[in-house]
Amino acid sequence: MSKRQKTIASGQYQAVVMGVSAGGLLALSKILPELDADYPLPVLIVQHMRPDSDGFLWQHLDKLSRVIVKEAEDKEAIQPKTVYIAPPNYHLLVEPNRTLALSAEERVNYSRPSIDVLFETAAEVYQQGLIGVILTGANSDGTMGLKKIKHYAGLAIVQSPDSAEYDIMPCSAIASVAVDHIVPLAKLGHFLNAIAFGSLHG
Amino acid sequence: MNTELALENERLEIKLLLQAIFLKYGFDFRDYTSTHIKRRLDNRLGLSDLANFGQMQHRLIHDEAFFNELLLDLSINVTEMFRDPWFYNKIRNEVIPHLQTYPFIKVWHAGCSAGQEVYSMCIVLEEEGMKSRTQIYATDFNELILEKARAGIYPIEVIRDYTANYQQAGGKRSFSDYYSAQYEHVIINQELKEKVLFSSHNLVTDGVFGEMNIIFCRNVLIYFNKDLQNKVLKLFYDTLCPGGFLCLGSKESLKFTDLTDDFEVVAEREKIYRKKRRT
Repeated sequence: MSKRQKTIASGQYQAVVMGVSAGGLLALSKILPELDADYPLPVLIVQHMRPDSDGFLWQHLDKLSRVIVKEAEDKEAIQPKTVYIAPPNYHLLVEPNRTLALSAEERVNYSRPSIDVLFETAAEVYQQGLIGVILTGANSDGTMGLKKIKHYAGLAIVQSPDSAEYDIMPCSAIASVAVDHIVPLAKLGHFLNAIAFGSLHG
Repeated sequence: MNTELALENERLEIKLLLQAIFLKYGFDFRDYTSTHIKRRLDNRLGLSDLANFGQMQHRLIHDEAFFNELLLDLSINVTEMFRDPWFYNKIRNEVIPHLQTYPFIKVWHAGCSAGQEVYSMCIVLEEEGMKSRTQIYATDFNELILEKARAGIYPIEVIRDYTANYQQAGGKRSFSDYYSAQYEHVIINQELKEKVLFSSHNLVTDGVFGEMNIIFCRNVLIYFNKDLQNKVLKLFYDTLCPGGFLCLGSKESLKFTDLTDDFEVVAEREKIYRKKRRT
């Protein structure tokens, strides 16, 4: 499963960022409920969606999950055991003081929110303490961001293309980034628990 | 390469650059959200032949044309007519009836960008029979953008979206009544512009200029840090008449700000607030 040897110790990681597009509802409904109730890291998610989407996604995922799932709010302090979903029609960014920021600036990769915007800003703040995860999707948003996470010595994880409803996004990431782990959907929740709690030696 | 140190140095360079802009040109971006500023500057750096923000600072001090380009980068001018149609529905159905009770009203669009939301409100006021007793002030810190707003010329490709928004927002006529098409562009009708005064105003450095019945400032505060948000909200509070309305962007809120107890919530989703009357 692992492409490169990397020993992972508890406390090494400080945050998880996740990018997902087409097929996201199913993938997130599988992964997030598996996160431990005491999951020690914050999880920031960009799911591509229509600009006029309501709050169904985060409300649905919150019901299924043991961690808190909520919509990301501007200037909110980032907390562990919490999953933040980018609101429709806004980019989600991480500030150096570890708060969230929203932006209505131009679309990136035809997307707002854009995965690259979240990943790039989070990479600069958390650096080697960041885990980036690319899931199912039918475009290549997130690839540049994942590259940036690797540049700052963070950990790059991609859903295995054969377990993805749409494999373009995972394939794009794998093709241009030195990915650390390629993990099937069924094992991703457990995998993220193991990394966060330091019981995995990659 | 020590990436941590490189980032630290870059943050220092950006801080100095913003200081230089303030000292040389008087525009104050020092309390903007730092990630936002960095992304915009990064973008300009990539398009230029400059190697770093230190060089950019030198350039903008000596080259005003370059600075003016940068000024455009630093303001977000992404908007549409009747953006968030449900918001305008709420304005029509819940706010207009209150405004109708005044003999004359003043409206302020703070950070009006290229005027799309200003003209949207003009249309609502026209259709609700209030245009003749309204004065609208539309302000922005950027002169170039104000010029565009005054002109009211928009690319024809966006009209389909604007029309759909207008209809969803409870529009009562045909949207094409309000513009004329010329080749690749549409131009907003002169009658709609009559009651609008476009002028330069900087929310960060300028003060109160009149008593308003309603203020629109949507998707501006998200680019400010908390201190600056509080400062600008205080300016809005001081500007509004008792019972005056404040409209923010759909992901902006008075929650967690200094002013949260000074306003009542009119519509939570639409982010419409009302200044409390002193008891």
